[in-house]
Amino acid sequence: MSLLTLENVTLKFGGLTAVNKLSMDVKEGEVFALVGPNGAGKSTVFNLISRFYTPVEGKITFDGKDLLKLPPDEVPSLGIARTFQNIELFDQATVLDNLLVGRHRHRQTNLVEQLFHLPSVRREERAHREAVEEVIDFLDLQPYRNKRIAGLPYGVRKVVEVGRALASKPRLLLLDEPASGLSVEETQNMRWWIDDIRRQMGITVLMVEHDMGLVSKVCDRVLALADGAKLAEGTPEEVQNHPAVISAYLGTGDAA
Amino acid sequence: MRIHFKTSYDHDIRLFQDGWQAFLYTALLALMVALPWLIDDFFLGEATNVLIWATCGLGLMLLTGQTGQASLGHSAFMALGCYSCVLLMEAGLPFILAFPLGGIITGIIGGLIAIPALKLHGVYLAIATLALAILTDDLIVMLEPWTGGVGGKFAPTITVFGIEVNRWSNPAAWYYMTLIVVLVVTLFYRNLLRAPMGRAFAAVRDSEISAQAMGVNIARTKTLAFGISAGITGLGGALMGLFAEVFNNETFTFIISIQLLMMIVVGGLGFIHGAFLGAIVIAFLPQFLSIVTDSMGSTVAIPGLETAVFGVIMILFILFEPMGLYGRWLKIRTFLELFPFARKDMFRRQKTYLKTERLR
Repeated sequence: MSLLTLENVTLKFGGLTAVNKLSMDVKEGEVFALVGPNGAGKSTVFNLISRFYTPVEGKITFDGKDLLKLPPDEVPSLGIARTFQNIELFDQATVLDNLLVGRHRHRQTNLVEQLFHLPSVRREERAHREAVEEVIDFLDLQPYRNKRIAGLPYGVRKVVEVGRALASKPRLLLLDEPASGLSVEETQNMRWWIDDIRRQMGITVLMVEHDMGLVSKVCDRVLALADGAKLAEGTPEEVQNHPAVISAYLGTGDAA
Repeated sequence: MRIHFKTSYDHDIRLFQDGWQAFLYTALLALMVALPWLIDDFFLGEATNVLIWATCGLGLMLLTGQTGQASLGHSAFMALGCYSCVLLMEAGLPFILAFPLGGIITGIIGGLIAIPALKLHGVYLAIATLALAILTDDLIVMLEPWTGGVGGKFAPTITVFGIEVNRWSNPAAWYYMTLIVVLVVTLFYRNLLRAPMGRAFAAVRDSEISAQAMGVNIARTKTLAFGISAGITGLGGALMGLFAEVFNNETFTFIISIQLLMMIVVGGLGFIHGAFLGAIVIAFLPQFLSIVTDSMGSTVAIPGLETAVFGVIMILFILFEPMGLYGRWLKIRTFLELFPFARKDMFRRQKTYLKTERLR
């Protein structure tokens, strides 16, 4: 059953067509990757799903609901969480607080209850912290729990961002280049985590990634984009050997 | 250095991390309660003044330190809090109702003002709120039938539970009243910080785009922050006007806003302690300066000296200690706790070279 569907989605910035009549569907429980050269529109697709951009035409549905009717801050309430290509964490807060912001969509108490710190708030806080602790355990973030983001190395921040998205207990996880800038070992870890996120947590993953080694190891299906349009779709192997993909990355013989 | 072995989630939620910290703050509270027996009436008045400034500072700190929105318009909310409290009292409401009600009115109006103003960012928001402060100055003059205009207004007699609170005949009562207000405001502030709302404030401050991606409604969060901030500052303003006994538009000029912002920067942005340390600096600076000028044999007051000295202090802090007084204390404490293992750059902010392109 398809969880996320894009139908004929087009986005234009002035004269530039960033996404051109793109259709794709992500099935529940799979790991789906978007690949393509720089500027192909992969991150733009993510921003469309997050509702930061509104397409000029087309439909985006998540679990049967029309995403385009929602403002960006209500998208997470459906169970969509994401990371950013360039890491957008809350720099002056601790790792714990960052992950707790991930729990924002699960909050139940109102402002007045919070001002007086009523028992309901205390109960809710404990539940949030328990959920966050599971994520910390899963991603081995214990040594950094009370450290501020501003002092953490890049690789750890990358993991914290995945953790923040996981803390919201999403159904669909959007990972924007989860392995960019990571060392070989860190990429290896990320691979196991993505596998576990799918298998143990049952979360569907849609990712943008340049590292074809990682993509071919964790993904069920891959969609190749170039200039905002679909080039090829299929298993990692099929896409990698597709002539249109090869020409988009390497150029054609004629041009030389 | 104390190591905390955490055995429950409550350890991170409760107000004090351990018994030692709880003891320190209880000792501080005991000292504050005993203050009227320890110092004379003049200094008790000064202490009251510090606490009033701290209340106003906590209001602005919530907005600027926690939510990252600079405001130069908080003198307007001080005025609003003061006039609404006094007008309610003149309408016959007892102080104990008029005072919190004045704060709530200010908070609601502050939130309403925030809805258009918060579309602006950074320095533009500062300029817009500065305009609000200057406008309020004029409005007070224009609304003379209610505000008394330039002639000002006399503070009505405050009676709380049958006790008359007068700063001359009963300075201790005034001091205790202010102390209770500060304690309640500080407790609310702390409660917010350990609840989802406080974390949403910090999220908006550090990255609006990812706050939104986590389900934080930016406009609503900012409006709430502005409203709560205005409300707290309104309470502080009411205390300030009542403590001054006579107040007019000059009591709440935009200079006060600027002083308030300087105060929280010098104290330490984003720390509750910062509001208090800044309040001590701003309340005692005029006294300190007059003592210095007196000892230098000058008998006439030098106009603008106070503002100039404050400006210099502000520049020095921004250049050499952007974390303010409380940040300096944190550094010293870390140095002592870790001695001799503290490193020089432990508090250095890492530069971020990559930022997600601003969408829209």
